[in-house]
Amino acid sequence: MEKQRTPLYDFHIANGARMVPFAGWDMPVQYAAGIKAEHLATRNGAGLFDVSHMVQVELSGNGADAFFERLTPTDIGAVAEGRVRYSMLLNDAGGVLDDLMVARLDGRLHLVVNAGRATHDIDHLRQNLDDSTKMDVHHDWALLALQGPKAAQVLNSLGLDLDGFRFMDIRHFTLGAVPLVIARSGYTGEDGFEISMPANVAVDIAETLMATGDVTLAGLGARDTLRLEAGLPLWGHELDETITPTMAGIRFALSKKRRKAADFPGADVILDEFANGPKRQLVGLLASGARPVRDGTILLHDGVDIGIITSGGFSPSLDRPAALGFVETHLATDGTIIAAATRGGNTPITVVNLPLVPHRYFRG
Amino acid sequence: MLKFSEDHEWANLDADICAVGISPHAVEQLGDIVFVELPDIGLAVNKGDAVAVFESVKAASDIYSPAGGEIVEVNNALLDDLTAITPESAMANWLFKIKINDAGDLESLMDEAAYNAMIG
Repeated sequence: MEKQRTPLYDFHIANGARMVPFAGWDMPVQYAAGIKAEHLATRNGAGLFDVSHMVQVELSGNGADAFFERLTPTDIGAVAEGRVRYSMLLNDAGGVLDDLMVARLDGRLHLVVNAGRATHDIDHLRQNLDDSTKMDVHHDWALLALQGPKAAQVLNSLGLDLDGFRFMDIRHFTLGAVPLVIARSGYTGEDGFEISMPANVAVDIAETLMATGDVTLAGLGARDTLRLEAGLPLWGHELDETITPTMAGIRFALSKKRRKAADFPGADVILDEFANGPKRQLVGLLASGARPVRDGTILLHDGVDIGIITSGGFSPSLDRPAALGFVETHLATDGTIIAAATRGGNTPITVVNLPLVPHRYFRG
Repeated sequence: MLKFSEDHEWANLDADICAVGISPHAVEQLGDIVFVELPDIGLAVNKGDAVAVFESVKAASDIYSPAGGEIVEVNNALLDDLTAITPESAMANWLFKIKINDAGDLESLMDEAAYNAMIG
């Protein structure tokens, strides 16, 4: 099947990207520098990621808030103009259909959903849509993520005024004469920005950012190792239709008002877990050896299956293998030593608190 | 005699000793290598056995023996600095040497031109 290309496809090729198929798209997994170098450049400076494969959806109309609340556990009324929230579409069993970012800008709700779930999500939204809500899917918008401790300095140097612009704020900006919508958010655990724009200006914006000399291009490989260290869940790994937000360590996304009202999909299951603890929960895992322990590896305690690795790889910041996985809640305590059932015998692996690398968001 | 497998190993036969490595293309595809496991000297292997492991940040990759025989030498010096395993050094970095039982095992492998055509 023909893969979709973002507006930056030729830019990626010209910059030495290795392209791989991802969720129906041809995306850069890395550039010549490699995943470790791109990862560390983002932790120490600023990395630029093309995330235009993610799909941007706008909801407008009198019913938009109520519509959004019917599908999510978010108190959307508490999301003021110019603010962003992390949210999720839930099924009736409390499982996560997809996680997403929702922002209120110009009186409309602006959603960003995962590429691999976009078709599903749009169908799901459409099936639940009512006459008082309008949905617009913006396949013609590009999205760039500029992430890292120097990201703000880079935007400042291009004349953007970031005064009072904090983590999870969203605003209109102009760069040169180009209008942009920028959110101070990301998927790396660092301060950073997600920059939305019409597709036809994406290459110019990327080149302008690169021309500052302080930005390193980073691919999906580094995006994955960064979010793994930050303990941020990835749909299809730490989230799916059988995993509840309570299991996945994202209780913060369950607003107090909505918990009290108990009126979101799967509320009975999720509220029971919220009060009594889920059977299994997401933890960080550090293996004792030098060999990465990969996704799907069963976790054992006293020889009994008590969990599974959902994202297993390597942490460039810690310079050692690292993983995310689910373990039974009574074992989900920092320092607990369990075993990973690897080929050729069990490997000791230690449960650790998330994030593996501290978040450094700009809260002003 | 230098040959390549579909799994991106190279095999260089000199009398009955076959040096085995992985191709520059394979190293490039793996990306940053973070873990390598090599076989022990004396191990008896069959053609197609998984005898070594390369792990990159993203993925694990088995290295298969291109021929049956006995592992007689292992390049453990490679393990000292995994960052030295690069596409440029891939043809010089043999992983292990096999005293092969039957040179016929290598007949099904590709010559360099055929391999280069396969990887495009």
